[in-house]
Amino acid sequence: MALLGLLDREPSHGYDLKRDYDTFFGRGRPLPYGQVYATLARLARDGKAVTGETEPGAGPDRKRYRITERGRDEIEVWLSEPVPAEPHLQTDLFVKVVLSLMLGRPAEAYLDAQRTAHLRRMRELTELKQRGDLVDALLADHGLFHLDADLRWIDITAARLAALAGEVRA
Amino acid sequence: MTIVSAPSGVEAGGVILEAQGLVLSFGETPALRGANLSVERGEVLAVMGPSGSGKSTLLYCLAGILTPDAGVVRFDGRRLDDRSEKERSKLRRDRFGFVFQFGQLVPELTAEENVALPLLLGGLQRAQALASARDWFERLGLEGMERHRTGEMSGGQAQRVALARGLVAQPDVLFADEPTGSLDSLNGEVVMDLLTRAARDQGTTVIIVTHEARVAAYADREVIVRDGLVSSTASATR
Repeated sequence: MALLGLLDREPSHGYDLKRDYDTFFGRGRPLPYGQVYATLARLARDGKAVTGETEPGAGPDRKRYRITERGRDEIEVWLSEPVPAEPHLQTDLFVKVVLSLMLGRPAEAYLDAQRTAHLRRMRELTELKQRGDLVDALLADHGLFHLDADLRWIDITAARLAALAGEVRA
Repeated sequence: MTIVSAPSGVEAGGVILEAQGLVLSFGETPALRGANLSVERGEVLAVMGPSGSGKSTLLYCLAGILTPDAGVVRFDGRRLDDRSEKERSKLRRDRFGFVFQFGQLVPELTAEENVALPLLLGGLQRAQALASARDWFERLGLEGMERHRTGEMSGGQAQRVALARGLVAQPDVLFADEPTGSLDSLNGEVVMDLLTRAARDQGTTVIIVTHEARVAAYADREVIVRDGLVSSTASATR
């Protein structure tokens, strides 16, 4: 969907789309060319994008893609829809705590280790935020707020471990 | 008893502040129950912990504001309790800086007079003190607000003034107790960014008490206070 959105700006070559995707959304995980062209082919097949004529010149990337009305409608709907608010209740954190308690293992030690790991990652993201531009800062903030939410959960779970142990062992 | 000390990766200087076996009770209520801590010169340390864990009490003991019932605090290798109250007062004025949750600025004074206060109390002439104070305003994004009364400023602006007041005398140690506690997220971030940058620039050691992980993430290291005891967590990455 991100590629279709980037295409909504102006007709573009696959190379340009990949470059902009990597710049704004990739963050250390660049999109493989194969995936870019597979996605563009799928968009074309589904009538959301069309290719212009192949341009003369060297290199493999001479096709320029253009978004269709259908593609534009889809982007508009997608941009206006909220992402499902997942409660994350079945994440590894939760499973580890409950299993530790069930098995009589030290859940508090696990929570301490997890807190340390979270704080370390938050420090790295804060450094990125202080070094980088506004795009970096916003992406780092997204990670920081999510980790912060986990940490609050870790703290409140640590405070309730005895009661939780009673329930899961009952 | 193990001392929770700075990791070897922290730059420079050796230990500047050290607490050993601090015990302090308020009436029947124990606040510190044998707290140990060691802070490296130039380090930015976050002291975390739930409400009532003793983290602010620890800060005030380290700063010589509270005197523990038992245990020792050493600043620069010398025990605080070996110094007279007058010496401790001079230490707090000349070598320590403070930032509190609600700024605690003097509302009758202008912003620049508030910032200049530690310099004036230290005996610097008024014109020089105000000139040094004014240097901070551009750095903190407060140009043009030098003559404003702090009561006319937003919470975020006032806290930046408080930050400048804490750092203007280039203290060895800045003690910050929930410095972003009264601010929204964005203003809190601005204050933490400015605080840590300015302190690192001038080599000031910082001890920040906070219950917020996003604030602690600006530090080189954090310790957690639980039930009046200190435990170590992550190591420095800077």
